[in-house]
Amino acid sequence: MRMSYREAVRAALHEALVADPRVFLMGEDVGRYGGSYAVSKGFYDEFGPERIRDAPLSELGFVGAGVGAALGGLRPVVEVMTVNFSLLALDQIVNMAAVYRHMSGGQFSVPVVIRMATGAGRQLGAQHSHSLENWYAHVPGLRVVAPATVADARGMLPAALAEPDPVVIFEHVGLYNVEEEVGDWACDLTHAAVRRPGSDVSIVTYGGSLPKALAAAATLASGGIDAEVLDLRVLRPLDREAIAASVRRTHRVVVVDEGWKTGSLAGEVVAGLAEECLYDLDAAPRRVCSAEVPIPYAKHLEDAALPSVDGIVAAVREVCGA
Amino acid sequence: MDDTELRDAVVAELRRIAPEVDADDLDDRRPLRRQVDLDSLDWLRFLLGLHDRLGVEIPEADYPQLSTLGEVVGYLRARL
Amino acid sequence: MREFTLPSLGADMDSGKLIEWLVKPGDVVHKGQVVAVVDTSKAAIDVEIWFDGIVGALLTEPGERIDVGTVMATILAPGEEMPAGPEEPVEEPVGEPVGEPTGEPSGAGGVRLRVSPAARRRAAELGLDLTGVLGTGPGGAITLADVDAAGAARAAPEPGTAAPTASEVERLEAASPAERPALMRQAIAAAMSRSKREIPHYYLAETIPLARAVAWLTERNAARPITERVLMAVVQLKAVARALAEVPGLNGFFLDGTFRPAPVAHVGVAIALKQAGLVAPALHDVAAKDLDTLMRELTDLVARARSWTLRSSELSDATITVTNLGEEGVETVFGIITPPQVAVVGFGRLAVRPFVVDGAVAAVPTVTASLAADHRVTDGHTGALFLAALHDWLQRPDEL
Repeated sequence: MRMSYREAVRAALHEALVADPRVFLMGEDVGRYGGSYAVSKGFYDEFGPERIRDAPLSELGFVGAGVGAALGGLRPVVEVMTVNFSLLALDQIVNMAAVYRHMSGGQFSVPVVIRMATGAGRQLGAQHSHSLENWYAHVPGLRVVAPATVADARGMLPAALAEPDPVVIFEHVGLYNVEEEVGDWACDLTHAAVRRPGSDVSIVTYGGSLPKALAAAATLASGGIDAEVLDLRVLRPLDREAIAASVRRTHRVVVVDEGWKTGSLAGEVVAGLAEECLYDLDAAPRRVCSAEVPIPYAKHLEDAALPSVDGIVAAVREVCGA
Repeated sequence: MDDTELRDAVVAELRRIAPEVDADDLDDRRPLRRQVDLDSLDWLRFLLGLHDRLGVEIPEADYPQLSTLGEVVGYLRARL
Repeated sequence: MREFTLPSLGADMDSGKLIEWLVKPGDVVHKGQVVAVVDTSKAAIDVEIWFDGIVGALLTEPGERIDVGTVMATILAPGEEMPAGPEEPVEEPVGEPVGEPTGEPSGAGGVRLRVSPAARRRAAELGLDLTGVLGTGPGGAITLADVDAAGAARAAPEPGTAAPTASEVERLEAASPAERPALMRQAIAAAMSRSKREIPHYYLAETIPLARAVAWLTERNAARPITERVLMAVVQLKAVARALAEVPGLNGFFLDGTFRPAPVAHVGVAIALKQAGLVAPALHDVAAKDLDTLMRELTDLVARARSWTLRSSELSDATITVTNLGEEGVETVFGIITPPQVAVVGFGRLAVRPFVVDGAVAAVPTVTASLAADHRVTDGHTGALFLAALHDWLQRPDEL
């Protein structure tokens, strides 16, 4: 059936709340207001204030409460309004949730799901527009995923709730209104996915950059370059085999990542290829990332700072020597 | 320049184009381009050489009068 | 610093003997300048350098036989210092072997070729030396496709053909001008055998009236001194180039299983080397040059072919060949394509023959033009279009 990304997240949450009394949703404005991105609209009336909990403006406090609830046997879904604000909760996520299984010798696990919006493109200013997925993808003990399709938005939440360890889900703000036909949405939190097969170059990307990569591939196809588009889906642990397999087919790679280039996930992808696939590369890899500035508010500056379809096309042409 | 000297000059020019030619083997009365393997470019270069050496201009229309070595020498003699 | 390597001067060349250097260390050289004379089995070739710089060290001695790709000299960029040797440089003791490439030439030494890692691995698998291979990748890097093309171009002869044996190489080394005819015969044999083995030829011919061209040329030549006379052969070459511009499918190379069209026509002119075989050096970009220029260049080309002083680029970059056997009185010639070209055009004798004009038989100067073309690349239809275009151009000599 056809649904929007927002409806897919909402349907997944609704299903989980109905199916499992241990599941509850907590975050800023998720209750009476219905969620900053209207994902939980109506849930407060349906499930009540105990399971749809409006939190005070303290990420450290309510994410910590979620970690505690998970330790106590519940299945909390914690919504952080954007990844920018999650920095206030880094201690709870990185120093607590991620390490308890290890530090307790396997006695405790933290089955918390932390959802957060990420990315730019909606003129929300620097403090609401950054892409910091790589900060979390750096940390052992976390599983980090980025649904880029409506089907993954529908399927990744139940898969995350089934995990015994903390899962961070990044929902790009530019995707909520995307509508797609969704068939079988069941999925794993392990594998990358080839969204468009191709033979000349691999465009490796994730999250909000996937639609741009696919548009670039369509443009390139009319110019005679057959690009493969690989959606990472899972940012930690990276599906390195899928990345390598794609590049072994195409011998060229462009990585598109809305994060800043320095210290980026794109850098991790390229470094992995240099280690594992150097002799399969027929051209130096290229990264298409955001300009290294705080994401601007002004529309034209924001557009200029973000990866663009034209920028991806140009990078691909360059590595193809075209 | 007597006829022998003129003939020597012509043969020298010919040998510049076709070094394999032996002056003693040339029959003055047989068609030159049958005896020496000259294509039209060789022929033109040969005439150009004669022009440079002797200052005689040979129009294309006169080519039929220049079949044998003897005829070439006679033609040049009349115009020197 | 860059390395100047022995280029392949033809599809069948894999080694050559340095006859002499025309430059010395410290000389400024420019792209296209003749820097050395190398004896191949076909001819003594003037070898051009393909970039600018200053001659560093000459690494090959006259008389030495070297493989294609061997580093012959190092070339410095303007302003670049000679790499410091163990002692003060340049004054090499006479007779001392120079620059044995012992150890690695890195550091101040040779510039590393830009080769993609994947291309490097493929070249190693194929046992291919990449020096001299043209890179088409980003920044001029040699890519997988470039390696594959080079591999196809240098493909080893199939079993049962004329792969040079050790004893043949020795005979080549000892070759004197007197022995060249036999060696050239072998080179022609190898190229033509390969052509007939690999290329499915198709043949077409058309008799073309030349009344207008002959009259036009006669009048043109009559008005000019002998030094500015133009031959019909030049008119025909130009007409071929103009026709190729209209039917480009016959102009280019078949490499690595695909046809690569050439942007302009470098027309190889078959030149018989009295008693010693045949070469077909190229007149470059024929369509862009006027008849007087072409005449001058053809005269120069024939003279240098006969004196064994052709340039390397002339011998290796013809995109099509034209052969003219009309001088020998032949009616029609059906050529054999020179790989990796895909066509050869032949002209027979220019003679006055009975020809129907406006419903009546008239005595008209005509020539039979033929085409042999590679059926893997084009079909007879394309060939017919080409001959028709050639016919039309030869009716409009003043527009050539």
